[in-house]
Amino acid sequence: MARIVLASNLNPFAGGTTELTLEVDDVYRLFQALAARFPALEPHLEHEVAVAIDGEIYQDVLFQPIGPDSEVILIQKIAGG
Amino acid sequence: MSTTVKYVERDLKVVGTRPLRPDGVDKVTGRARYGADYNLPGQLVGLVLRSPHAHARIKSIDVTAAEKLPGVKAVVTRDDFPDMPVEYAAAGELTINFRDVTRNMMAREKVLYDGHPVAAVAATSESIARKALKLMKVEYEVLGHVIDVRDAMKADAPVLHEDQFTVGVEPKPTKPSNVAKRLVFGCGDIEAGFKKADLVIEREFNTKPVHQGYIEPQACLANYTEDGQVELWTASQGHFTLRAQCAKVLAIEVSKIRVIPTELGGGFGGKNNIYNEPLAIALSRKSNRPVKMVMTRGEVFRATGPTSGAQVKVKMGCTKDGRIVAGEAELNYQAGAFAGSSVPMASMCTFTRYDLENVRVVGHDITVNRPKVAAYRAPGAPIAVFAVETIIDEMAEKLGLDPIDMRLKNAAKEGTQTYYGPKLGAIGYIDTLKKAKEHPHLTAPLGPNQGRGIATGFWFNIGNETSTTLNVNEDGTVTLMIGTIDVAGGSRAAFAQMVAEELGIPYDKVRPVVGDTSALGFNFVTAGSRGTFATGMAAVICARQAIDKLRERAAAAWKVPVDGVIWENGFAKPASSNVGDFEPMSIAQIAKTAGRTGGTIAGHAEINAQGAGPGFGTHIVDVEVDRQTGAVKILRYTVIQDTGKAIHPAYVEGQFQGGAVQGIGWALNEEYIYNKDGRLENPGFLDYRVPVASDVPMIDTVIVEVPNPNHPYGVRGIGEVPIIPPMAAIANAIYDAVGIRMQEQPMSPPKILKALETAAKH
Amino acid sequence: MARAHVTTTINGDVVDFLCEADQTLLSALRDELRMTGTKEGCGTGDCGACSVTIDGRLVCSCLVLAVEVEGKAIDTIEGMADGENLHPLQKKFLEHAALQCGICTPGILIAARSLLERNPDPSETEIRYWLAGNLCRCTGYHKIVEAVLDAAREMRS
Repeated sequence: MARIVLASNLNPFAGGTTELTLEVDDVYRLFQALAARFPALEPHLEHEVAVAIDGEIYQDVLFQPIGPDSEVILIQKIAGG
Repeated sequence: MSTTVKYVERDLKVVGTRPLRPDGVDKVTGRARYGADYNLPGQLVGLVLRSPHAHARIKSIDVTAAEKLPGVKAVVTRDDFPDMPVEYAAAGELTINFRDVTRNMMAREKVLYDGHPVAAVAATSESIARKALKLMKVEYEVLGHVIDVRDAMKADAPVLHEDQFTVGVEPKPTKPSNVAKRLVFGCGDIEAGFKKADLVIEREFNTKPVHQGYIEPQACLANYTEDGQVELWTASQGHFTLRAQCAKVLAIEVSKIRVIPTELGGGFGGKNNIYNEPLAIALSRKSNRPVKMVMTRGEVFRATGPTSGAQVKVKMGCTKDGRIVAGEAELNYQAGAFAGSSVPMASMCTFTRYDLENVRVVGHDITVNRPKVAAYRAPGAPIAVFAVETIIDEMAEKLGLDPIDMRLKNAAKEGTQTYYGPKLGAIGYIDTLKKAKEHPHLTAPLGPNQGRGIATGFWFNIGNETSTTLNVNEDGTVTLMIGTIDVAGGSRAAFAQMVAEELGIPYDKVRPVVGDTSALGFNFVTAGSRGTFATGMAAVICARQAIDKLRERAAAAWKVPVDGVIWENGFAKPASSNVGDFEPMSIAQIAKTAGRTGGTIAGHAEINAQGAGPGFGTHIVDVEVDRQTGAVKILRYTVIQDTGKAIHPAYVEGQFQGGAVQGIGWALNEEYIYNKDGRLENPGFLDYRVPVASDVPMIDTVIVEVPNPNHPYGVRGIGEVPIIPPMAAIANAIYDAVGIRMQEQPMSPPKILKALETAAKH
Repeated sequence: MARAHVTTTINGDVVDFLCEADQTLLSALRDELRMTGTKEGCGTGDCGACSVTIDGRLVCSCLVLAVEVEGKAIDTIEGMADGENLHPLQKKFLEHAALQCGICTPGILIAARSLLERNPDPSETEIRYWLAGNLCRCTGYHKIVEAVLDAAREMRS
């Protein structure tokens, strides 16, 4: 089970949850599982959320694999000027 | 899946040198063509009618008299564009919402700022178009407006959007608010952190919006044909995202719009979004003629995105030995007329330079009656960093510590846990601080009323969707087609260098060209300092594919397995004497017969580049304050930054120098000034004063190279960081010079004089 | 309204054009003659992107009426190189990476040439003050000033 951490800015959309474990093998399935569990989080997932999988940040990478022992941190998506 | 090509250290021949830029001759001879330099036969001139009010309901728009004027060929208003539901997309700074995009390009129910488009006309001449604007009758019901972010947060403030309820607060609000969103980032226990502190400093800072100030006003030329095809020439930072936005707001299929990117006359984040483009297409569709629209400088200031002005409150605590134990911030950022400021990213940058256990940052995204903000170089970061780096300077002074030592004591390094989520990878922050410490600038003597300040900055950098094609031409030269824009920094030169290095051929044998939207797969906007990182990675992948094909052709010619052929210095060679004794084949020899040995040798990369390396920088500045006039003169300036790898050092220096001088302008002079009616009073370069040559000294640069492990040449983005430290560095230098702590931007002569007077009274 | 007929010399060639009475020289160059090397950044004489010389005098072409140039000699960026030989300023701007987006470059080159015609050995400060009417948002001016100093050096020798 991967360990999923929600950065503090996402807590309000997950009923205050900061951490959970999920049986997911890629980002797409992670987002599906999160949307099912936290409907308020769903609208934010597609365009506002990036993930850090074992320390590497991924933006817009739905099929990025998540290992069974991975730590996945959901963070605010990043852009720039 | 994502793509990352790892860094491998090796000897370099082309990367790291300073060849001339491929676009250089065109730019020094006046040949380079920018947005306003394209013309088509029979083209019309398009102009926009703009709101004179900061906030008003549109009761009616009557354009019949304008339409009847001889020479007027089309008029468009809100009725010519479909309304859009709430739908989000990525575009540069932040997510955009198409419901807002369509309302920003052409007002629907209300006008929300001075300069908001209300109608547009296409006519056979500019003077006729101008007359037509005067004939349009718009009936407004003027509403109360709000310009200041602090006023906008008050309970009785005029509300811009009756359907906007603050996101991110529980329980869900029942009353609409100008606060579009509340975000909280943090880690540890902030209260416990402050309990450990020997010194706590709390300050409030206020800044005004500043404009990107690109010298080229927005310009486009649209040609809608009778079969529903659109050609659009426009100067932007992302022709693919512009195409996507135009397709959406005009309900036209993406394949029917071809956007041809022109040379870009500066963007700095301000040219990621549509303004006149959909209006020009709609006018062309209605008139059956090409329509050209060029903004005036006044329109650029009134209606295109500046960056946010903000109110920032920061409280920090540290122990006697200078270890920061708690950092708390509230960032209240103007979004302009529609939600979506840079506050999320600013919130994540506020303290990220330091390894802190206890952090809490609350960000508010606030709508006000100003133009919708756009990205501007490291969006939002300079404002928050102004506050934090000023307080650290004050802490160091109060504790009797050297300001660089204080930062070194708290500096982020590889493995530091950030308060916004991930841990940092290999970074060069400490290296920049150490280089600053060794720099002769730091020990140069100072005179009376002169002072020295330092400050630092961090930016994430990004990768994302990128498509690139490389063709080996029949004479062995190479054409590289890229889909990011050379936003000024010389990225075309950098890509040609990387491809030349890979192929082992001279730099001038590679011609980089920016392809239009029909030539390549999708490319995300050229922003977030992603260009050299992402397209560089894609170009390297293309080159390596081409090398594999070149080796295959040589192997076929020699009738040996492809593993027996290596590529070295532009030649296919037998891997060893065991393979056989063959004369090496040059790229030109193989290319000459390519058509008869299997077809053109090419490489493609359609990737989602990931693994961008964060950038850090340290700036040192000397100022002299004129106590009579309040004027601050920049005497000396040094920029030290980790680039990962400087592909073209001269262009890296150019980014450092240009970013720093933009930061100097932000610090000392630039600001939006609104009158009591909510009208912009300084929409021109005379009163909105960007730095001129005589305002600044030479800008010294020190390039630090800590390679990004996730790029074949170790590239990090470099464009954003240089604008972050100047405001704080200059404020710290002013304090060092005359003992006043500036908490308001711009630090212009009247404000300095006032602060000096206040200080003299105490 | 009848358009005015203007005869002038541009980069050494006699040129005719028709223009409106209120049309600027910048607009005539760009819109009537399609000489788009001269750029418009502000239209109010604040940015210098439209710099040209009239009878050797440096002006913002956005502040000059097109009808005023009857019988005058105008020099624009299109005439700066001598055939395939770039002007020393053009060469030095390339060598010193003194341009980025390039939109201000034609105006700055025209202004810098005008300076060197008057003062072949300007100091850094003199260059900075002479070019203070030409905005550049990309470079921070450092490399522009270096390029002008270097070009002046080469032109003197």
